[in-house]
Amino acid sequence: MQSATARAERGEGQPAAGRKFGGEILKVDGISLSFGGVKALSDVSFSIREHEIFAIIGPNGAGKSSMLNVINGFYHPQQGTVTYKGVTRRDVDPHDAARNGIARTFQNIALFKGMSTLDNVMTGRILKMRRGILWQALYWGPAQREEIEHRAFVERIIDFLEIQAIRKTPVGRLPYGLQKRVELARALAMEPDLLLLDEPMAGMNVEEKEDMCRFILDVNEQFGTTIALIEHDMGVVMDISDRVVVLDYGRKIADGTPDVVRGDKAVIDAYLGVAH
Amino acid sequence: MLEEIGPFLEVLLGGLMAGVLYALVALGFVLIFKASGVFNFAQGAMVLFAALTLVRLMEVLPFVLAFAASCAIMVALAFAIERLVLRPLVNQEGLILFMATIGITFFIDGFGQTLWGSDIYTLELGLPKSPWIILDPPLPGGILVSPVDVFAAVTAGALVAGLAVFFNRTKVGRALRAVADDHQAAQSVGIPLNTIWLIVWSVAGVVALVAGMAWGTKLGVQFSLALVALKAIPVIILGGLTSIPGAIVGGLIIGAGEKLAEVYIGPAFGGGIENWFAYVVALLFLLFRPQGLFGERIIERV
Ligand SMILES: Nc1ncnc2c1ncn2[C@@H]1O[C@H](COP(=O)(O)OP(=O)(O)OP(=O)(O)O)[C@@H](O)[C@H]1O
Ligand SMILES: [Mg+2]
Repeated sequence: MQSATARAERGEGQPAAGRKFGGEILKVDGISLSFGGVKALSDVSFSIREHEIFAIIGPNGAGKSSMLNVINGFYHPQQGTVTYKGVTRRDVDPHDAARNGIARTFQNIALFKGMSTLDNVMTGRILKMRRGILWQALYWGPAQREEIEHRAFVERIIDFLEIQAIRKTPVGRLPYGLQKRVELARALAMEPDLLLLDEPMAGMNVEEKEDMCRFILDVNEQFGTTIALIEHDMGVVMDISDRVVVLDYGRKIADGTPDVVRGDKAVIDAYLGVAH
Repeated sequence: MLEEIGPFLEVLLGGLMAGVLYALVALGFVLIFKASGVFNFAQGAMVLFAALTLVRLMEVLPFVLAFAASCAIMVALAFAIERLVLRPLVNQEGLILFMATIGITFFIDGFGQTLWGSDIYTLELGLPKSPWIILDPPLPGGILVSPVDVFAAVTAGALVAGLAVFFNRTKVGRALRAVADDHQAAQSVGIPLNTIWLIVWSVAGVVALVAGMAWGTKLGVQFSLALVALKAIPVIILGGLTSIPGAIVGGLIIGAGEKLAEVYIGPAFGGGIENWFAYVVALLFLLFRPQGLFGERIIERV
């Protein structure tokens, strides 16, 4: 149902038609990650092109979140490399990732609960502020002028995501769906080149999901942001993504356009729980 | 009536002034706990170390220079702690970090004594010795306040006001509150955890210096200063480990409460209440309101 709407918003019959992608923005190569005895990822490789909407799917515990955590540097894989914008690294540092334009949201909402929506979104501007943190502590006038500029930018994002009404509300009091939206706003405030979304629609009702789909498509279209998202709702995934990677027990079992992946035998087996 | 108000106010005022100092030490605990989730056992040792540094430097330098140099030394100490202890232990559990701060305590105690000696030093800031008499016209005989107490309270108040502006009105403040709320989310927007820890430990170091200076003027600079920090523990139980206003209000309540209790209900217990009153109050809070007056309620998700 939301598929029809989302597609209509984009004004296209075929998901792939008329979509233009750039070069490879991110490549993960041979990533293996384990926690003690648990192998979260085994030898996973794929690449994401600029301006693409890229989905990572798979059953629970397949290693999807771990993959995002490797990309933005929260987890350091035992093997493999991450190449982002042409620079290859083994260990990504979260701070570097953020500085180089990787923003993300979390599966379990990670907002700053004590702050208002506006303040939460403002934290997304921290790296865009010209002066370093220590400098800001010492000088007060220029810092304030800068604050006002960034505030204007943040207000535009708040308008874009239609959360004007909750600007001043402490986020801890917001319903779940809106919290997810504030998290997206915070990530967008970073003006990311690559946006990682870990289950952006989990736990939402149909209407909220439709809104979220629309925002994701709009972000991609209007700002050209590359998006890598994890999602369990197959309707949504097949509808909005340009390409899909399927993980199962930490291994990549399929990689291709939604149509190809949908018909893949290994994928169907994984989802139906066929014994390995 | 007026005859009774006089002594009451005098006790209350004395208690509040001691309370400001408790608040200052508690503030050190709260700042570090908020930003790094560490209960910093070394806060008391830092108070003693800072006071020792100041008093020994004042033997060779004028006060202002000695104070500035002591600040620099506390920042250097923060830098060393961040680099040598916190960074290697990042993402470890709270208990492990707590144990590490116990280690830091012993180090700072030993290092301070080796560096500065272990005698009792008097910290002389040139304040008048004799008490001031205020409110004489309305109250017969007025009430006595000690200039040292007033100095300590004013300094502490100024520091607290400065910190409030710093944390509420600057970008660093927002970053600090972000880190306190959620480490990973803070990192994901590019807030450098290490820089924040450095700032927080430095601020806690300077807070320790001011606390050490204020207590040192009152009691002399000696080992027992480190024990004053133990009084901050009931204060943070009362105020909540995550609340800066809580540390301040908690400090004032404990300070005033223990002095008033000593004078007004102490005789019924044969005196000496002051020494344990704060801990009993803390115990009652732990039983009935464990999150403290201002702390956030801890809800375990299942
Ligand atoms: N920090 C961690 N410590 C230990 N084990 C972990 C950690 N993070 C992930 N794992 C383990 O790695 C495996 C993959 O987890 P991951 O969260 O990446 O799965 P997922 O595909 O995101 O699942 P879900 O759909 O339930 O979110 C699981 O077995 C999980 O228990
Ligand atoms: Mg997950």
